[in-house]
Amino acid sequence: MSVEDKIIAIVAEQAFLEPSDVSPSSTLEELGVDSMALVECIFSIEEEFDIQVPFNANDPKASSFDISSIKSIVTAVEDLIAAQKA
Amino acid sequence: MRRVVITGQGTINALGKDVKSTLGAMSNGACGIDTLEFANVDRLNVSIGGQIKDYRAEDHFSRQEIGLYDPFTQFALIAAKEAIAQSGLEFPEELATHTGVILGTAGGGLTTQDENYRSVYEDGKNRVHPFVVPRLMNNAAASHISMIYGLNGPSFTVASACASSNHAMGQAYHMIRSGMSEVMITGGSESMLCFGGIKAWEGLRVMSKDGCRPFCATRNGMVQGEGAAVFVFEDYEHAKARGADILAELIGFAMTSDASDIVMPSQKGAASAIRRALRDANVSPEDVGYINAHGTATAANDRTECAAIREALGAAADTVMVSSTKAMHGHLIGGTGGVELLATIAAVKDGMIAPTINHSIADPECNLDVVPNTARQQKINVAITNAFAFGGLNAVLALRKV
Repeated sequence: MSVEDKIIAIVAEQAFLEPSDVSPSSTLEELGVDSMALVECIFSIEEEFDIQVPFNANDPKASSFDISSIKSIVTAVEDLIAAQKA
Repeated sequence: MRRVVITGQGTINALGKDVKSTLGAMSNGACGIDTLEFANVDRLNVSIGGQIKDYRAEDHFSRQEIGLYDPFTQFALIAAKEAIAQSGLEFPEELATHTGVILGTAGGGLTTQDENYRSVYEDGKNRVHPFVVPRLMNNAAASHISMIYGLNGPSFTVASACASSNHAMGQAYHMIRSGMSEVMITGGSESMLCFGGIKAWEGLRVMSKDGCRPFCATRNGMVQGEGAAVFVFEDYEHAKARGADILAELIGFAMTSDASDIVMPSQKGAASAIRRALRDANVSPEDVGYINAHGTATAANDRTECAAIREALGAAADTVMVSSTKAMHGHLIGGTGGVELLATIAAVKDGMIAPTINHSIADPECNLDVVPNTARQQKINVAITNAFAFGGLNAVLALRKV
C-alpha cells in the first residue's frame, strides 16, 4: 500500500466511511472528522509510519503539519518520513 | 441553614511549601513551572511542569510512613498539618464524632501504580511491595488524615477529574451547612508528575511544551502541576464561640453537568454553574469582585470560560477581575481547586488579587480583565472560584470577606 492508501484507510476508519468514499481532495471537515477523531488519526499515522507528527490540538492550523486535505496530509507525512528516517 | 467559615489553610505546591510562601509567590507573579525531573522524562515530548522541587519525603515522614504514603498522601498530610495547626482546633471525642475529611483527587496513588507497573512489566518482577494497594487507593489521603487526627465523622474522596477539589469542598460545605458536621477537613491533592501520568496526557495533544499562558492569544495548552491544599471548614457559631481567626466565609456552591462531551467544555454548563452559585450565595453579579478562573490555557477552555462568565454576569463582566493562577502553579488536576481556593481566600481576606502571568497578547475571545502579569491590591467582598472538569462536570464555590 502506498502512503496515500494507508492514510485514506486511517481517515476512512475514523470517519466511519469506506476507503472508496475518501479521495485525495477530500477535506477532514467534509468527511466529518471532528477534533477527537483528528487526534486519533494523528496517533494512527504516527503508529503506522513510526514517525512523530508535530500537532497541538489547541491550534491545529499553527503546526507545519498541513491537515487541509488528504493530499496535504500525504505530502506532510512523506516529508516527515524522509526527514525522520534519513 | 448554618453559616460556614474557613479557619485554617495549608498547602505544598510548586510555588511554596506552605501558605505564606505560596501567597508571596502569587503576589510576586512568580512561576513555579520548570523542567520536570523523574525517571524516563527523556522519553516525553512534554518536559515541563509545576513540580515541587527540593522535596524530600524523609524531611516529613518516617521510613515506615513513607512505605505507606504515596506522594499524593504525603502532600495532603503536609497541607492538613498546616491547616489544622492554624485553626487551633483539637479534637476531643464529641467534636471528633462530628468532624470528617473529604478530599479531591483524580489520579490518587498514580506514582505508586507507575512504579509498580514498571517493576512487574518492564523489570519482570513477580513480587510487589505488600502496601501497593493501600498506597494507591484514592481514599488513602483522606483516610490517613482521619487516622492521624482521630476524626470519626464522614470521610471519603471525590473524583471528578479537574473539578475534584471543588466538588469535595462543596460536599464539606454542605455537611456543615446542613448540621451534619461541625468541622470538615477538605481540599485536594494530586501527584501525577510521573512518566505514565504525563505520557497519558501527551496523547491527548492538549499540553503545552513551552509554558502555561491562560487567556493569552499565544496560549497553546495546559501544563501540569502537583501538590495539595487542605482547609478547615467550620460552623460559624462554633468558630466564633472559641474565638477562632476566620479567614473567609463560604456563602454558596453549585454543581452542574454539561451532558454533552467527554472533553470539550460547554459555555452553557459553565455559565449555569456560575449563575447558580451566585443564586445560592444570594449575591448579584455586581457584588462579585474576583473570579479565580479554571483558565487551563487550552484554546477551548479559556474561550468558553470567558463567554460563560459574560453570559452569567452580564454587564458586570466588564469590571470583574478574573485570573488564572495555573500559569504559576500549573494544573494540579484533582488538587487544583484547593490551591486556587488559597488565591480566592487571599482576594477577599487581604485584597490580594493574584495575576494571570505569562500574558503578552490580548485575545479578543478572552476580553475580560484578566489581571495580566502583576498582582493588584484591591478590597473586594465576594469572590468565586471555578472548576470545569473533563466529562462536563462543573463546580463553583463563592466566598465572602468576614
